[in-house]
Amino acid sequence: MIFYHFGKYILLLKAIFRKPEKLSIYKNEIFKEMVDIGLGSLGIISIISVFIGAVTTVQTAFQLTSDLIPKSIIGGITRDSTILELSPTVCSLVLAGKIGSSIASQIGTMRVTEQIDALEIMGINAPGFLILPKLLAGVIMIPMLVIVAIFLSISGGYLAGSASGAVTAAEFIQGLTTDFIPFTVVVAMVKAFVFAFIITTVSAYQGYYTSGGALEVGQASTKAVVISCIAILVSDYIIAQLLL
Amino acid sequence: MIEVKDIYKSFGENQVLKGISAEFKPGVTTLIIGGSGSGKTTLMKNMVGLHEPDSGKVLYDGRDFTSMNTHERIPIRKEIGMLFQGSALFDSMTVEKNIRFPLDMFTEQSKAEKLDRINFVLERVNLAGKNKLYPTELSGGMKKRVGIARAIAMNPKYLFCDEPNSGLDPKSSIMIDELIKEITEEYNITTAVVTHDMNSVMGIGDHIIFLHQGKKWWEGSNKEITSTDNQELNDFVFATKLMETLLKK
Repeated sequence: MIFYHFGKYILLLKAIFRKPEKLSIYKNEIFKEMVDIGLGSLGIISIISVFIGAVTTVQTAFQLTSDLIPKSIIGGITRDSTILELSPTVCSLVLAGKIGSSIASQIGTMRVTEQIDALEIMGINAPGFLILPKLLAGVIMIPMLVIVAIFLSISGGYLAGSASGAVTAAEFIQGLTTDFIPFTVVVAMVKAFVFAFIITTVSAYQGYYTSGGALEVGQASTKAVVISCIAILVSDYIIAQLLL
Repeated sequence: MIEVKDIYKSFGENQVLKGISAEFKPGVTTLIIGGSGSGKTTLMKNMVGLHEPDSGKVLYDGRDFTSMNTHERIPIRKEIGMLFQGSALFDSMTVEKNIRFPLDMFTEQSKAEKLDRINFVLERVNLAGKNKLYPTELSGGMKKRVGIARAIAMNPKYLFCDEPNSGLDPKSSIMIDELIKEITEEYNITTAVVTHDMNSVMGIGDHIIFLHQGKKWWEGSNKEITSTDNQELNDFVFATKLMETLLKK
């Protein structure tokens, strides 16, 4: 069963990358999706990131009870855990819920109301027209959201550390700037790109092959989120193994 | 002309179409009728390529549609217009954008030319001035008419209508039927209509194909349909009290 779905998923990907009928129309769709995915998710990503950074700082400070360890290390731990794991992975899991369910329900509704059939009858490559703009918008905007999330998360950590007195501002900044490995940002971007691909294509697959009615659209939406989350966590491990 | 030659189609163990052959002529509205599960929608979906037949051929003016790949089918698809049961209008687009969509995709017309065409087809379906409305703001009958406007926007040679009257009141239903017949004759379109509505059969059924248990059971016109001795067809035609009463009168 898994191989059957994987095969269908690969065939759908092949259809997505078929030559577009008219580039100008696809271009407009891509910009529209970029606004939906990028700007539409900025609010929730900002809130989550600030609190992730704040909680990481406070909890790291709570665990560092030894006087032998300088408090500046809290800044370093917050920085590395934010860049390497928390911002790309947690943000992508949240986006799988927000964007993934939206993509699956949107395409699923189009399927059950015969709108996809209408596109096919017109001679339009329905997977390309419906999924490619979402995929391109996702792989452009989600890494950008992750970059924003990294900055906000570190800012949240800085504010929480200062406000709680767990670490001074100077110590936090000293920790941030000590032993920084720029490659961690590359890893974060690779993760963001792969997670964006997973969120958009897995959700689109679930929506595209929906059959039935409103109930099945809801089920497709739920499946899209669950499968995307699992695929994100599995690929997170693989990328960590391969790149670190 | 569309020729369907010996079409078979199964879904798993269930054989839905069992060797159907038929001809659909230009300028004639051909109705595919039959009870639920008789295979009429499956036949139409096989004709337009939404399903692939297990065997048999569909020829569009001699061009073998079934043997073509997706890319080769595009020129024929551009000649096809289809009205879906639920209208299948794009929810996110206004009436105007729905009709403009195929024009944007496949023509190099200027904005003004496209707008002229949109206004022309909207006027043709008696919806002039409704350009900026969204599908959610339209009644069932209006949605069907926008569906027809979108289907004829590209000047199709072939028009398919899947249950065009479903969910409509009798008056709107007659209006849609007449519109389909008028457009078919006016533009010499080859039209196939799937229906189980006897009002449509009696109103616009120049050519009728009756399907029963996946086979073509009877073929004729609405003038002949009430005087046949085909038992299955009579069971279908006289299933409603109204038909029985009207014919007795």
